Amino acid sequence: MTLWFLIGVPPAVGSLLLACGKRADSLSVPVAIAAAALTLALSAIVTTQRPAVAASYVEGVSFGLRVDGLSAVMVIIVSVVLLAVLIFAVGEFSPEEARARFFGFMLLFAGAMLVTVTATTLVTLLMAWEVMGAASYALIGFWWRESRRASSGTVAFLTTRSADLGLYLAAGAALAGGAGGLALDELAGLSDGWQDVVAAGVVLAALGKSAQLPFSFWLSRAMDGPSPVSALLHSATMVAAGAYLLLRLEPLLGANPWAGVLVAWTGALTALTLGAVAVVQSDLKQLLAASTCAQVGFMVLAAGAGGVAAGSGQLVAHALTKSLLFLAAGAWLTALGTKNLLALRGVARRYPVVGVTFTAGAVTLAGIPPLSIWATKDHVLAVALREATPLYLVGLAAAALSAAYAGRAVAIVWSAPDPGAAGHVEQRATGRVNAWQRSALPPLAAGAAALGVLAVPAVWDAFAGIVSTTEGAAAAWWELLVSAVVALATAGAAAAVVRRRGDVRAREPWVGWLGLEAAALSLVAAPTRAAAVALARFDDRVIDGGVRAAVAVGSSVARAVDARVEWSVDGVVRAVAHGFRRLGRSARRPQTGQLHHYYAQAVVALAALVVLLVVLG
Amino acid sequence: MLSIIVFLPVAVAAGLLAFPRLGDSAVRWTWITASAVELALVLGLWLAYDPATPGYAYEVNRRWIPSVSSGYHLGVDGLSLPLVAVTAVLFLACAIYSLRQTQRIRSFAALFLFLETVCLGLFVSLDLILFFVFFDLSIVGMYFVIAGWGHRGAARAALKFFLYTFVGSLALLLGFIGLYLSAEPHTFDIARLAEQNPLAGQGVAGTLVLLALVVGLAIKTPTVPFHTWLPPAHTEAPAAGSAILAGVLLKLGTYGFVRIAMPLLPDTWRRYAWVIVIVGVLSVLYGALVALAQRDFKRMIAYTSVNHMGYIILAIGAAGLIATSNEQAHDLAVAGAVTQMVSHGLITGALFLLAGVLYERGHTYDMGSYGGLAASAPRFAGLTAIAAFASLGLPGFSGFIAEFQIFTGSLGATPVATALAFLGILISAALFLRAYQRIFLGPPRTAGGTTDLTAPEAISIAPLMALAVVVGLFPRFLLDVIEPAARTLGDLVSR
Repeated sequence: MTLWFLIGVPPAVGSLLLACGKRADSLSVPVAIAAAALTLALSAIVTTQRPAVAASYVEGVSFGLRVDGLSAVMVIIVSVVLLAVLIFAVGEFSPEEARARFFGFMLLFAGAMLVTVTATTLVTLLMAWEVMGAASYALIGFWWRESRRASSGTVAFLTTRSADLGLYLAAGAALAGGAGGLALDELAGLSDGWQDVVAAGVVLAALGKSAQLPFSFWLSRAMDGPSPVSALLHSATMVAAGAYLLLRLEPLLGANPWAGVLVAWTGALTALTLGAVAVVQSDLKQLLAASTCAQVGFMVLAAGAGGVAAGSGQLVAHALTKSLLFLAAGAWLTALGTKNLLALRGVARRYPVVGVTFTAGAVTLAGIPPLSIWATKDHVLAVALREATPLYLVGLAAAALSAAYAGRAVAIVWSAPDPGAAGHVEQRATGRVNAWQRSALPPLAAGAAALGVLAVPAVWDAFAGIVSTTEGAAAAWWELLVSAVVALATAGAAAAVVRRRGDVRAREPWVGWLGLEAAALSLVAAPTRAAAVALARFDDRVIDGGVRAAVAVGSSVARAVDARVEWSVDGVVRAVAHGFRRLGRSARRPQTGQLHHYYAQAVVALAALVVLLVVLG
Repeated sequence: MLSIIVFLPVAVAAGLLAFPRLGDSAVRWTWITASAVELALVLGLWLAYDPATPGYAYEVNRRWIPSVSSGYHLGVDGLSLPLVAVTAVLFLACAIYSLRQTQRIRSFAALFLFLETVCLGLFVSLDLILFFVFFDLSIVGMYFVIAGWGHRGAARAALKFFLYTFVGSLALLLGFIGLYLSAEPHTFDIARLAEQNPLAGQGVAGTLVLLALVVGLAIKTPTVPFHTWLPPAHTEAPAAGSAILAGVLLKLGTYGFVRIAMPLLPDTWRRYAWVIVIVGVLSVLYGALVALAQRDFKRMIAYTSVNHMGYIILAIGAAGLIATSNEQAHDLAVAGAVTQMVSHGLITGALFLLAGVLYERGHTYDMGSYGGLAASAPRFAGLTAIAAFASLGLPGFSGFIAEFQIFTGSLGATPVATALAFLGILISAALFLRAYQRIFLGPPRTAGGTTDLTAPEAISIAPLMALAVVVGLFPRFLLDVIEPAARTLGDLVSR
């Protein structure tokens, strides 16, 4: 029952807020915060109770939910980040904005994520998965009066939905392969052939949701949404959902070696290339977004290489860190009206609470000891090393890039302000960071830093025991040391570059996210559109034209019949009538009305009759 | 009971015409009351219905035309009851929506009540002649709705609709006669024909009869390439007429497949199921792509109907392919097809009423003429968003339940075709988001703003969406009715 409440409260409250619309704007703050707090409390309860529930849904398939170790960790992290982000958002949105709509969709979105991480069947998962995508559409396009923001929501939804088709594929293939209940833990034991299809579908869906290559571009467009949306989307939900799915279905990847290899390498390459993209971004939110792809890449790498615990650890550490960083960037965006790094020079000095917590987050992101991502990423790299050395090296290079972009960001926000950038304003600046916004940051920073205890073998083993049942590789002392040295050196070098030369040089194609969006447009969207237009023309001219031609043929045949056949028939009828008329006229002739004529005729007739009788007799 | 439900509306219609003194508002409220009573009766029917009992419920079987052994045979089962219910719901919604209708309201109401009788009658018919009579009368009724209350090009569109679907009904009649002649003793009774399976093992005759039935039903459904009567009919029809045309009349075709074509010609159906699958997939992709290219909002929705009907055709084709091998997959596909009929009725019915709202405001369906309507008409924007997402198959709405069952059930039978059909839900997402953005989002295009939904508009459309959500979240109440019937159909088709 608690579990039903947990997944029911956020979407129910959210839908209620949405249904009330503007009328609920003023009430929405306390209602939403209360709902998020209640959700957190319920999460704590289900973490200890570990309940499982199921309801019959479609034939042979149930709507099933269960909280096991991995789900428990996910449920907690989702609730924590949701509460922090909503508290921050109270300060972000002025009372005249559509708060009810914002909080309503945030709760709906988080509710969908909670269902995703507790789902036990494909139908449950797919439902929550797609609702989450639709809620992200509404949140990214929150400021819909600006056409670009609205279309960013469309890009995000369509991109993730095209990957979601993989889950429809997986569901059908699972049924065909013998998993009639579509249970997630049945998927690794299907008949050959179908199991490959299931794996392919799941991998496609997860990579799309996680904004891995080649889907990464939607995350760049998602930056058009409000900062609290980015903070939730990029940390514990949405992109994390893809990684979660791969971690949850790791046995399926293990049973299909090609899928495991594909996933691991996609994750590693995403971590590397999007890390490079992040290094050269001139916009703080774009930098953070690219970094999200890269960091999620480590989770995906872990899942592909069989490291469920390592991937989960990375997921948790990154969720806290990235939500913090996005909220800090959002605080500056409302205060200064800009997220351009040039204009953000020295901003940490002006807003010290935000500055310090941002720095804590960025240092964590850089993988500098003794903070959390340093530990979790090394566990991921240890798994990669056990799998294949090249994978490890690519991962290490990606780790160096994270240190580079994080070091660069920190150096910029603490450097001397650039007087030339003062006029760079994208939106209305309030000039201040309020208490709601400030209060959300320190707890997240503390969490992000403190999870560094995961480097301690005993703590790590305990965590691994919760989230996974299989024995995974953990980072050895020298691996922790190597990555620490690499991170410190690269971060220092990046900071030095900023200090000496001002900033890194922006280079294409890295600045434009490798042109992925343009590629998707020209390779997929434009041809589809052209095909649609061509087919519409075909429909009008050929198919309907055929119908019209049939009608035209029909009417011309009718006309022909009317003109020829009908005319001839009519002519025959007329001729016959004419003949009868003439006959009639001839028949009238004997009727003269004079008696002696009639007598004469009667005599002739009688004579004829007598002759006839004689002849016949 | 069924006879009362079927003929009550037409009796009220006769009453409306018989008392010309009755004022317009009395006519309106009589119409609404009659439709509401009708819905209440159908609700009673549903509550008293026991899905576990085999055969037909509330059966009536009287002598009608004994010379050709055609009887007045009515009854409902899990295939027809949901459609009866959705028909009653939609006609009530249209009655409420038409509260502001001013033009010749008396004949409008009478015509809709007549159509309600015809549609309900068709769904409960268990005799081919009865079925055919209702099938043809629906064409006649809708012809007058389009021609009498449509937009500028209505006369032409109505004529096209009439002639095209009439040709379809003639093909259907040929098929029915074929069934009649092949049965021994000759009969038009659907239940007896299903028992007899008269054309079993008769290759050519079976093929020809199936061909006639499929062409007749495919025109009505409509599927590619017989769909071109649909867009003009919808574009020119009044909003309530479009809602009924899409929501109920299209189902007469798809219902014919599951009620007549599949159980009466099981082995022929199985043999040609692959053709049906191809037609289904073509309709899915073709309908979605052509819809994507439309600039006219109503025309676009009309093409999405072709797309949505395509899923049904795909499902029943796939069901034919796997009827003998995988029972669960077959039942899922058929249950999905019936759910889709219900779901499409609710969602597309609502979308067409919303298109009517749009036309009221801007006097055009051209999407390019609008922009930023969400600013001045938030409730209209919200409801349209819900309907659009429901139509693109978002989970939480009935469309997802339908499409998920169809896809999951069909994939094993025909993997490539089904995987191609997946693209349909992606393209529909693209086209709805594009249309929505153009009309409702961005900077407001028109000065002065637009009035938001009026009470009759909101009260007629919102419950349709609420029902779509209820089915989407708690589908058991519906599937408990459909699934046993799907299993029965599976037994019949696998003979």
